[in-house]
Amino acid sequence: MSFLSARAMTGGYGATDILHGCAIAVERGEIAVIVGPNGAGKSTAMKAIFGMLRLREGEVRLDGEPITALSPQERVRRGMGFVPQVNNVFASMSVAENLEMGAFIREDDYSETMEQVFSLFPILYEKRAQAAGELSGGQRQQVAVGRALMTRPKLLMLDEPTAGVSPIVMDELFDKIIEIARTGISILMVEQNARQALNIADKGYVLVQGRNRYTDTGEALLADPEVRRTFLGG
Amino acid sequence: MTGAARVLALYAVMAALILLVGLLQSWTVALAILQLSLISAIMSLGANIQWGYAGLFNAGVMGFAALGGVAGVLVAMPPVAGALAAGGLDLGLAILTVLATAALILFLRPRLPDLIRTPATLVLAFLGYLAMRRFLDPASAAIGSATGAQGYMGGLGLPILIAWPVGGLFAAGAAWLVGKVALGLRSDYLAIATLGIAEIILAVLKNENWLTRGVKNVTGIPRPVPDEIVLQQQPWVIDLAARFGSDPVMTAAVVSRLWYAVLFAIVLAILLWLSERALRSPWGRMMRAIRDNRDAAEAMGKDVTRRHLRVFVLGSAVVGIAGAMLVTLDGQFTPASYNPLRYTFLIWVMVIVGGSGNNWGAVLGGFLIWYVWVVAEPIGNWLTAHLAALASPGGWWDSHLRAAAPHFRPLLMGLILLVTLRFAPRGLIPEARGR
Amino acid sequence: MENFLNALVLFTNFVVIPATTYGAQLALGALGVTLIYTVLRFSNFAHGDLMAFGTMLTIMVTWGLQALGIGIAPLPTALLALPVGMIGATALALLTDRWVFAFYRHRRADPVIFVIASVGVMFVYNAITRFFIGVGDQRFEDGARFVIRVPDFRAMTGLREGLALRTSQVLTVVVMALAVAFVFWFLNRTRTGKSMRAYSDNEDLALLSGISPGHVVRVTWVLAACLATLAGVLYGLDKSFNPFVYFQLLLPIFASAIVGGIGQPVGAVVGGFVVAFSEVTLTYAYKGVLTYLLPEGMAPEGLVQLLGTDYKFAVSFVILVIVLLVRPTGIFRGKVV
Ligand SMILES: Nc1ncnc2c1ncn2[C@@H]1O[C@H](COP(=O)(O)OP(=O)(O)OP(=O)(O)O)[C@@H](O)[C@H]1O
Ligand SMILES: [Mg+2]
Repeated sequence: MSFLSARAMTGGYGATDILHGCAIAVERGEIAVIVGPNGAGKSTAMKAIFGMLRLREGEVRLDGEPITALSPQERVRRGMGFVPQVNNVFASMSVAENLEMGAFIREDDYSETMEQVFSLFPILYEKRAQAAGELSGGQRQQVAVGRALMTRPKLLMLDEPTAGVSPIVMDELFDKIIEIARTGISILMVEQNARQALNIADKGYVLVQGRNRYTDTGEALLADPEVRRTFLGG
Repeated sequence: MTGAARVLALYAVMAALILLVGLLQSWTVALAILQLSLISAIMSLGANIQWGYAGLFNAGVMGFAALGGVAGVLVAMPPVAGALAAGGLDLGLAILTVLATAALILFLRPRLPDLIRTPATLVLAFLGYLAMRRFLDPASAAIGSATGAQGYMGGLGLPILIAWPVGGLFAAGAAWLVGKVALGLRSDYLAIATLGIAEIILAVLKNENWLTRGVKNVTGIPRPVPDEIVLQQQPWVIDLAARFGSDPVMTAAVVSRLWYAVLFAIVLAILLWLSERALRSPWGRMMRAIRDNRDAAEAMGKDVTRRHLRVFVLGSAVVGIAGAMLVTLDGQFTPASYNPLRYTFLIWVMVIVGGSGNNWGAVLGGFLIWYVWVVAEPIGNWLTAHLAALASPGGWWDSHLRAAAPHFRPLLMGLILLVTLRFAPRGLIPEARGR
Repeated sequence: MENFLNALVLFTNFVVIPATTYGAQLALGALGVTLIYTVLRFSNFAHGDLMAFGTMLTIMVTWGLQALGIGIAPLPTALLALPVGMIGATALALLTDRWVFAFYRHRRADPVIFVIASVGVMFVYNAITRFFIGVGDQRFEDGARFVIRVPDFRAMTGLREGLALRTSQVLTVVVMALAVAFVFWFLNRTRTGKSMRAYSDNEDLALLSGISPGHVVRVTWVLAACLATLAGVLYGLDKSFNPFVYFQLLLPIFASAIVGGIGQPVGAVVGGFVVAFSEVTLTYAYKGVLTYLLPEGMAPEGLVQLLGTDYKFAVSFVILVIVLLVRPTGIFRGKVV
């Protein structure tokens, strides 16, 4: 069984369902990528997996155990970390405080983890005393990812980590994400830059209107002419 | 129960409650409750226009009601001899100074460079204030000394009924000023600003003796209804008394109160009719659309702040009218009697309990909560007496409890507000959701 | 020179000292209001009555202690009773949150609904306070009333004008400085304090980080209730206790919080002093001061008072209006949601 497995997720924010039997699975240490048009329900699927949305049907399991009924905080304790698409830093707090808040649930000494985050994102160390709201978009994304890493999650979920980031910084961010995955952390990521994302992905999901349209390895999806034509723009 | 049937049933219960007081206690008491219920209903209607139509929280109802009361004094009291001659000129100049300062500021502001606009405005306003004081202080002193025991200007000596619309105008003017400043910002800034303006209005009314005699009160405001003493001697009243087997004094009291009640009821009916029409008009629909989704309305290019200002002014005007009516009923203007629990927050309980956004609900709330407010006192007495009976009679606890009975009122009102807000947030007669 | 000194003493005695004391009281009140605002996102209309409740408890205990002959002279006995008032106010605030505000928080109700609920709470607090202590004025200051007395000061300096410094005034400023320092330390240095700031900054992300909103909210109420009691007791020692006056303090307190920038603790403190100094300087009659300063024969006839003391609330209001017109975010750029 996969490390994370979400099956037949159906539900939405109100009366109408956004997700219709959507399924996502991620193996240990693997990078999985969700792509799809705007409004397809990618962010909604992420929120559902993280317990920020009540599902009408379906089930989420982490490491074989059902977690569907757990609150987001409890999922954090079980080893999940989430970087939302928007408002993903504490803008009025310093970078160091952001990381500290990321480690809020940890009772042990987390200075080592902070060192690791700083060595992953050296710029954050330089800016550690500055308010996160005063950083550039790319730096802010690094703070957001760094914050989520502070709990030493086993599964890291990223919703469009490269949104609004220049191509160079984007490549850099993808490199960092690969680096994180190498340490054994599973990664589930939503990406608008589908090509680059599928390039580094072990597995890719194409979501359309809340349903799985294609599921395959990143490579295979990139090679599929149908996927290329409809979702990757030729 | 369908909407209309429910409204009817609730109003029937309300009528029965008032009748019950008449039957069990006395008709004059029942009518006194009815009179103040009608006035409360109008105030509640005014607050509902602001809250129910537009979601504006006005924490200064008391101030607008008091301004309406001032209208009663200024319109209906006879002018005091000598006041105008003594202080009229200076008073006129003081008013001119205020107007001139305002005009100057309004004229200069757009023409000044950004950097000095605000400081210059403040300096000008301050100088204008000093100039106004230069005229107002002597005017106030002169009026005080020229009028002896009266000590104030008096009014225009016009019929008191004219004061009702004038009270509305006074309140509308003050509301326009506050709204101009506080609307368009965070929703609770309006609440805080209105809380403040109400305190200031009352401070002015308590201290500017030349205007309202301050804490010395203005009594003997002319009545729109023949005096009870006069009524007692009317042949038709004596006739009526004989027919009901009652004495003329009692009958005159009932007739006089009924007379007031009818006047109030007419005003309420007109305002209710207007409010209902407004609510159902395209304008009312738009206001509720703005209330429910401000962002969407703004995206559609609607100037939300300007529309809120209009609603705020309208609602305050209605409160002002009720304030003038209240002074008419009392026959006196007593600035010290205005307190925010009774004149601001009680009105809020009425609106919330009745049904925010529903005019019929607001009116019912006015009736019901006033009724509860009145009966809360005997209930409080009864409760504390029973509690006190548990303690040793005549002891500290006993006397303390008896003295504490009046505090049962705010407690009950607070609890009613909290319970309604929690368990029936849409009130007794909820707003019709279908547009 | 001596005239100048006399004028200075007069000004200090009637403007600087009272305004500083009052500013400290407002600062404590505004700090509580602003904390509630930043974490729970509403203007708490019951804050004045929470102040009154905490003070009322303190006074009751003070009376009890006085009857038993227990005191800490030269300091006022009320200081000894203060913890009881704080604990009582905290308990009341926590119960209120559990029974009233928590419900709306879970529903993510509009801020104005919280404001209206706080009006209901205000009624109830008001009734409770009045039930125990009535509606009259209460004085409960005891201990050494003066640090410096007017005659002593005159004898010391040989000046015509005297200066008095009351124990309660010194106490107010000292306690306020300690309390503010503690709150700032708490917010910026402790894990719980930081989690409060995080929650206020970004509620959703705070939840994702495992910060428990219930805990944050409880801590906020504890702080607000203790600050409210402190402010109330210090105000009562300095002037006198009256439930209705405490309700009326809402306006200057809100004005202080908004002037400083609502949601900004530093702003609340600065705002408290801005409002207090404006109020006292504008309502003070300068006749005496000017008589010393101006050449003989030019002494003013009138009181030279810009505004009667009865209009002191107008000052808060005007400050409020100026801030709303000129810079709605306040001095320290608070939140304007
Ligand atoms: N908080 C919300 N409340 C109600 N509806 C929502 C909410 N968030 C999203 N939706 C709706 O759910 C649908 C899916 O939105 P979602 O954010 O999941 O899309 P997405 O695939 O992440 O798109 P994007 O690529 O633009 O981020 C959309 O139709 C959107 O309008
Ligand atoms: Mg999305």
